[in-house]
Amino acid sequence: MTAPASPPTRAPKSDRAFIRIADVVKTFDGFRAVDNISLDVAEGEIFCLLGGSGSGKSTLLRMLAGFETPDSGRIEIDGQDMTSVPPWDRPVNMMFQSYALFPHMSVARNVAYGLKQDRLPKSEIEAQVKRMLELVKLDTLAHRKPHQLSGGQRQRVALARALAKKPKALLLDEPLSALDKKLREETQFELMDIQDTLGTTFIVVTHDQEEAMTLGTRIGVMDQGRLVQVDAPRDLYEYPKNRFIADFVGSVNIFEGQVTEDESDHLRVGSQALGGEIYIDHGMSCQLGQTVWVAVRPEKMRLRREAPEGPVGGAAQGVVEDIAYMGGLSHYRVVLPSGQRVRATLANRDRHDADAPTWEETVWISWPPAAGVALLS
Amino acid sequence: MSDARMSGRGLSRFALPMAAAFGFAVLYVPLAIMVIYSFNASKLASVWGGWSVQWYGELLRNDQILQAAWVSLKVAAMSATLGTIFGCLIGYAMSRFGRFRPRLLLSGMATAPIVMPDVVTGLSLLLLFISMEALLGWPAERGVDTIVIAHATFCMAFVAVIVQARLTDVDTSVEEAAMDLGARQPRVFFDVTLPMMAPALVAGWLLSFTLSLDDLVIASFVSGPGASTLPMVVFSKVRLGVTPEINALATLLIVLVSIFVALAAWRMRKAGKA
Repeated sequence: MTAPASPPTRAPKSDRAFIRIADVVKTFDGFRAVDNISLDVAEGEIFCLLGGSGSGKSTLLRMLAGFETPDSGRIEIDGQDMTSVPPWDRPVNMMFQSYALFPHMSVARNVAYGLKQDRLPKSEIEAQVKRMLELVKLDTLAHRKPHQLSGGQRQRVALARALAKKPKALLLDEPLSALDKKLREETQFELMDIQDTLGTTFIVVTHDQEEAMTLGTRIGVMDQGRLVQVDAPRDLYEYPKNRFIADFVGSVNIFEGQVTEDESDHLRVGSQALGGEIYIDHGMSCQLGQTVWVAVRPEKMRLRREAPEGPVGGAAQGVVEDIAYMGGLSHYRVVLPSGQRVRATLANRDRHDADAPTWEETVWISWPPAAGVALLS
Repeated sequence: MSDARMSGRGLSRFALPMAAAFGFAVLYVPLAIMVIYSFNASKLASVWGGWSVQWYGELLRNDQILQAAWVSLKVAAMSATLGTIFGCLIGYAMSRFGRFRPRLLLSGMATAPIVMPDVVTGLSLLLLFISMEALLGWPAERGVDTIVIAHATFCMAFVAVIVQARLTDVDTSVEEAAMDLGARQPRVFFDVTLPMMAPALVAGWLLSFTLSLDDLVIASFVSGPGASTLPMVVFSKVRLGVTPEINALATLLIVLVSIFVALAAWRMRKAGKA
């Protein structure tokens, strides 16, 4: 595979496995919620567990926190076996989806609660609470009760409380799902800044792929209790392992076809769905005639009235069925003669593009040779 | 717009308020008459003889009634407290100790005293106390102790229901958060669960207090000589004829019960909000 020259990535501090999950299985009433998962997370990483509801991501997080015990397997944190250590003795803290603030305690007492359990001297507790509230910019609201705060402020209190004990790892369960879209985007970056300042390892559970992409240094996609793929956001998006990942992370066009030519540097696929041949600029170990699926992202699709010139990965003529104008982008849906629908995303660079293709027009869709990815399953 | 809505509005404008007025009249006119007659100057309960507060004065000089009132308040406070402690534990166990198998049966059994006829509760407790006396020598005689125990059984059931309802509303992750921050089980209960249950406990205690104050049937079964509660004294007096003194006493009881029920309702509303 030819990776882009040097995409900007955020690298963790070290590659040492800081949190090690080995062959962990958890069943509830015969249902395998977590099915034999092994995973290493490095120190200082923001690792995102991404999956739909019932994928087992929350169960895995709860096992890291100690609220569930694995049926089999091992969980290590910083070299120490944690498998049967109760939650109150684990060097990790959790930020709950509902925030789970103590409703009868002030903001400051909420943040101080964990420190009090350690029987630290009072002055030390006060200093640490002050530091934490400054970190999340809530130092002026220390005496408020949780019900007197906005949703975004509550989220910060929960974060400060979970970070106050300087945990070796912070577990975040859907940290931003209760916030509205604008606040969520701001908070995402704040969360990354805080992580950058403290260097704490974050493990984030989310169902929102955009959240996982923005926050994560690496993402593990879960489905039916299994880890399907673990990769950096860019690799996950550009080189999905199978159709499930391609479809789950972002949207995608998938063309089914049979391999007609398999060389070390390229692959040719005959696709009835496209009504033509697909050229892919990477080789693959497969047999001639084997069925493969070619995934092409909508934003890599070109949409023109004229037939494309020069080398293409694939091209076909179709009719514009629908256009969704989203402001910055427009989503086109084009029907090919085979009946397959193709999604193409166009950036709206001009304010009035009178020349843009419109409903019921016959257009050419095409994509560059480097845009497609062949998938075996 | 439509006819249905118009007729619905017509119904709500006239028929519903009238029905409500009739219902409330049936409930409260007798009480109002009783309150008014408690200020009757005449010695005959059914003949109006002008305004007076003399029966309230009589009431305060009546040792038998004062004695009974004292017994009733003592019993109510003790049985409400006992019932609240046990009801709290039952409610907590029902809503927090996972899905153990006989849970439904247990919660049904714990709340059964609410729907059990008072006669059955009273009789069965009386039999229990008699056989305990024969076997253990305690209780040596029936009185305040036995009434408190009897009242505590149904108070406990009410408190358990209120606490369970409250805890079902409360997110278990709040308790998990405390554990995650380093608190062990008893600490979590006292630091987090108990404060969150507090409004339900106060409401349950107040409700228990009024229920105990109201009870006549169970108390009659399990009480002994020298331990008559207020309802028992009132009931025995009424059999000899209603006196204005009883009207005055009933009026005071209404005021007391109203205060407690209002307090309980207020606490429960606060619990719902927090």
